Amino acid sequence: MLRSKPINGKLLDLQREIQGYADEYGLDYFPQIFEMCDYDTINILAAQGGFPIRYPHWKFGMDYDQLSKGYRFGIQKIYEMVINTNPCYAYLLEVNNWLDQKLVMAHVYGHNDFFKNNKWFSTTNRNMMDVMANHGSKIRRYMEKYGQTKVELFIDRVLSLENLLDGTHLFETNEILVSRGETEEKFIEETENGDYVVDDRSSALKSYMRVEKKKQKDNFQGPSESPAMNAEKNTVKGEKDILRFLINNAPLENWEADIISCLRDEAYYFLPQRITKIMNEGWASYWHSKILTQKALNGSEIIDFATKHAGVMAMSKQNINPYKIGYELFHDIEHRWDTGKFGKEYNECTNMYEKENWNTNAMQGREKIFSIRKSHNDITFIHEFLTPEFCNRQQLFTYKFNPRNQRMEIDTRDFEAIKQKLLTQLTNFGSPVISVEDANYKNRKELLLKHEHYGVDLDMKFAAETMSNLYSIWKRPVSLTTKYEDKVVIFQFDGKELKAVS
Amino acid sequence: MDHPIKRDHARFRKIVKGKIRDNLRKYISQGQQIIPKGTDQFKVPMPSIDIPRFKFGGKSEGGTGQGGGDQGDPVNGEPGDGEPGQGEAGEGEGNKELEVEMNVEELAKILGDELELPKIEPKGKQQMSSTVDKYTSIGTVGPDSLKHLKRTYKEALKRQMSMGIYDPMDPRVVPIRKDYRFRSADTKIEMQNAAVVIYMMDVSGSMGEEQKEIVRTESFWINLWLKSQYKDIEIRYIIHDATAKEVDEDTFFRTRESGGTLISSAFKLCKEIIETDYNPNEWNIYPFHFSDGDNWSADDTKVCLELLDNFLLPNSNMFCYGQVESRYGSSQFYKDLSAKYGADSEDVILSKIKNKEAILDSIKDFLGKGK
Repeated sequence: MLRSKPINGKLLDLQREIQGYADEYGLDYFPQIFEMCDYDTINILAAQGGFPIRYPHWKFGMDYDQLSKGYRFGIQKIYEMVINTNPCYAYLLEVNNWLDQKLVMAHVYGHNDFFKNNKWFSTTNRNMMDVMANHGSKIRRYMEKYGQTKVELFIDRVLSLENLLDGTHLFETNEILVSRGETEEKFIEETENGDYVVDDRSSALKSYMRVEKKKQKDNFQGPSESPAMNAEKNTVKGEKDILRFLINNAPLENWEADIISCLRDEAYYFLPQRITKIMNEGWASYWHSKILTQKALNGSEIIDFATKHAGVMAMSKQNINPYKIGYELFHDIEHRWDTGKFGKEYNECTNMYEKENWNTNAMQGREKIFSIRKSHNDITFIHEFLTPEFCNRQQLFTYKFNPRNQRMEIDTRDFEAIKQKLLTQLTNFGSPVISVEDANYKNRKELLLKHEHYGVDLDMKFAAETMSNLYSIWKRPVSLTTKYEDKVVIFQFDGKELKAVS
Repeated sequence: MDHPIKRDHARFRKIVKGKIRDNLRKYISQGQQIIPKGTDQFKVPMPSIDIPRFKFGGKSEGGTGQGGGDQGDPVNGEPGDGEPGQGEAGEGEGNKELEVEMNVEELAKILGDELELPKIEPKGKQQMSSTVDKYTSIGTVGPDSLKHLKRTYKEALKRQMSMGIYDPMDPRVVPIRKDYRFRSADTKIEMQNAAVVIYMMDVSGSMGEEQKEIVRTESFWINLWLKSQYKDIEIRYIIHDATAKEVDEDTFFRTRESGGTLISSAFKLCKEIIETDYNPNEWNIYPFHFSDGDNWSADDTKVCLELLDNFLLPNSNMFCYGQVESRYGSSQFYKDLSAKYGADSEDVILSKIKNKEAILDSIKDFLGKGK
């Protein structure tokens, strides 16, 4: 159902030209494929997270509805889309003019370089197009077998837990899991069968094997699981990867376990993009601006480019624009390392005039930003490189809700406060930190979750619905310990309603 | 074959309309309602379904922003509004409600689409016809002032491409004399249908500000729809407590009377208005009555029903009664009407309007019959 076609002719020439500049600057990227599509196709792709084939679900229809309405009423237009795969696919919009295409191509090479080199992406599956398509056909088959509504209902429930991930699992490659002994059983089983291949297994196959393994486990243990219960309790405490926890511990049908593992794979695939949004966009913007202004633009395009670039960099009072902050931070870092504004001597200098005009001609800027794009994510990026001077120049501030007049108001421009607020927003990719506390709570096979409270309460209306979804998967009462309105509370969902029990 | 996403899309639309997956209905975000704003500009939120997740409670969170201003200055809007920039793969969350500025015709069309309102079949009574000259066609001759630039350039482009002198890298299109196209007039015979809407509202003490607000919003949308269906439309307003009088629009929505309620007084006045001004053979007549359901006595209700049977129903397209729920209303009148005509009558359309959110459903009740 691909409705996009590879570029050719002049555009292909343009790609070669831009790629040449990318090479000159030392960008290191996957083979890059550009495809051309009309706005409807790009809306479809965007609604499906960039992928041509996904599993059937109304949420894609909803995103498509909003994107196409947005396009029709002229509120928003998608310029480009790039997918983290190898080779790297990117889509160009037919109606864009020559300058747009130039800008998009340069921008895409930035993203591509980032995908390939940033460590947080190192374990992502670069064949995700096939994986997503496989998930699609699997889930479609389940729908034929068990009924669309039944399967969709289950997917809805899983999606409601989709943000409960553990970022450290990004580095859990299969080898690590094996060496840790977690999949030892599976490992032995498979070497005996002789079909063990370390890396080439698609994750669809892996999830299938997980299911098979579970089946066997069920057969061995039969209905009485009581001896395992206590051991289980110890190992699961602190587990933040709720989906994995459910696959291993919840009373699931095979198809249910399989669907959870499909959706979990997809969630982890998108996770690196969520934790490097500022850097990734900043890096791509840095390069489109470098490549265009220094190489690719001709004189008559300068003004148009400036307008476009300014649009991308627009500041907002309600939210920081990741493109803007990332772009400016990379520039700031490059400048600091070019002029030697770093290190002990500079930091200890108290003469403001001297500090302002500090220049050792160190010229390490370019090198520095290349190494940063390799090892950092948004949190460490902000933590290490945000400076008071930068906040001041960028007019950053924090705001908070004033209950007296029911509006959001600027709170402070204090550096530490801004940095703290930014880091809090980025912590755990913006989701509350929720972990399993006890999988056999009250010794009644109930589930107790724990919310690490960092100063902001949960939205209890949403929490109630989420817990009701969790209940229908776990099939026993679900409790959550959190702090609400400055009191430590345990909320319990018992199948009917959410109650504060203490 | 269509892309599979069209099926996802159709499914989403069905969920939003409440036809399938009823359990999702509670997650559909508020704001399907369309709110009039200013003179010609409106807010058209798009429906969306929030999958429930563990997330932070909105307002206590605060955020970071960029720009000028001192401590204590307001940051307009909510956090999460307006995210500028380009789209990128894997971008999950975004702003869901969008504000769009649009004009009245577009709005009427959206209203019709959203509620699946049928086009109104005007009564087969007298249809006035008139001839109108409309510039709807294109000719090769005409005065410069009527030159159609877009068509002219299209012709020029066609000519240049067929002659092979068009260069996409230097897209210069120069029309010559024979490329010129001009708007030219067609004579059309237009059928005209005239309609009159007569709004009646109970303004007795029990109808509070909130109730009137509902009536105001609802009548705005009804007018909008009827205006899109009829070329010529007149609107009359009647308020009543124990007596009825005709008022202008402004008074209709602002008056607060007190005292008892005799609905028949309004019906009588409505009858008078129709008899003097609107010949039912020439006009499509739409009487709307809004109240909280209280009437002074069962006797008066009897008079009302007689008036309906003997005059209002035979002479109007349909009679609509909207009952606005209020704390004091007894909703007796709704019961009386539905006992007599049934809840699904073709001629007497009944609708209960609980709160502002119910306005759209009620508009669909009224206009969904295509009469």
